Amino acid sequence: MAKQMDRRIIGDLADNGVDFITSVPCKQLAGVIEVLDQTPAIRHMPSNKEDEGMGLCAGAYMGGMRPAIFMQNTALGVVMNSLATLIQFYQIPLPMLISYRGEVGEPVACQVEMALHTKAILNQLQIPTYHFHTPGDADELPGILNHAQMCRKPVAILTDASFWRAAA
Amino acid sequence: MIRHDVLKTLIPVISDQMVVCNIGAPSQELFSLDDQPTNFYMLGTMGLASSIGFGLATAQAKPVIAIDGDGSILTNMATLATIANNPRSNFTLLIIDNGSYGSTGDQPTYAGARTSLAAVARACGCESVVEVSAKDTAGAVSAALQADEMTVIVSKCDSGNVPAPVIGMNPITIRERFMAAVAG
Ligand SMILES: [Mg+2]
Repeated sequence: MAKQMDRRIIGDLADNGVDFITSVPCKQLAGVIEVLDQTPAIRHMPSNKEDEGMGLCAGAYMGGMRPAIFMQNTALGVVMNSLATLIQFYQIPLPMLISYRGEVGEPVACQVEMALHTKAILNQLQIPTYHFHTPGDADELPGILNHAQMCRKPVAILTDASFWRAAA
Repeated sequence: MIRHDVLKTLIPVISDQMVVCNIGAPSQELFSLDDQPTNFYMLGTMGLASSIGFGLATAQAKPVIAIDGDGSILTNMATLATIANNPRSNFTLLIIDNGSYGSTGDQPTYAGARTSLAAVARACGCESVVEVSAKDTAGAVSAALQADEMTVIVSKCDSGNVPAPVIGMNPITIRERFMAAVAG
């Protein structure tokens, strides 16, 4: 069941001009994906794997659309090459709304393993990274989306369990 | 006929069309044969030519031809399901299937053995899928451009490469001139 926060995130994306989103789902992103599918202004094309999604986004961008991707932090292990040799090398702006699994409140022990690497990978790739831990952090989203377009870079928005639990 | 021969026969058909070309030897050979602003050369990221081309076809109305390879399709085979389930009539996927990883020394792929990429594309839900010989490829691409239907073409050709220099063009230049051609 979608929350007000899910509607607000999709609203901010639409207001920024994002009109193409690909996703690989995560439980924490279920509400935001539900709202996405009710938003005709944004074309939602689910992908099977996140590197495929980055290819779709690169093509959509070159065709004049403004893409974004929704994914889980575990996928950072999948997309490193696509980020470095496609998105960064060709300078394609790409907001990545990432479910940050494995933080406090996580019920699945295995998720902690990739959580330990998440910020290190993003730091190594020199990707601007924003961590939404409390609902108020989402106030930054419109600015982050503008920033991605301005610098033509991928940017990571990490949304953890505390953020989603506290979000109305 | 090897890939280079197929590309040569394709030039009159694709020269002024939007083309997204696979990494390595395919892009280098196309660049040497007929460099055009309407060509997007992949300098890295094996496997994503089909996905990039399909994203481009989704975003705008001009015809798009993605030139992919058998080895690359095998690394990103699931994108055939994405393509099949969101069909775009302006999209043509040309898989040049030489049964080998051409850019890395012609090691055999499974597509050259028991795996049929045409059957995979059909099983994924692609409706118009043709498997053609190397010499019939240009005709098949020409027909696909005229048809008001998304087409997947598997072109069976021989393994082998023609020496072509590495593309020295800056990636931003490749992208910007390609985007100008798409928008123009
Ligand atoms: Mg091959």
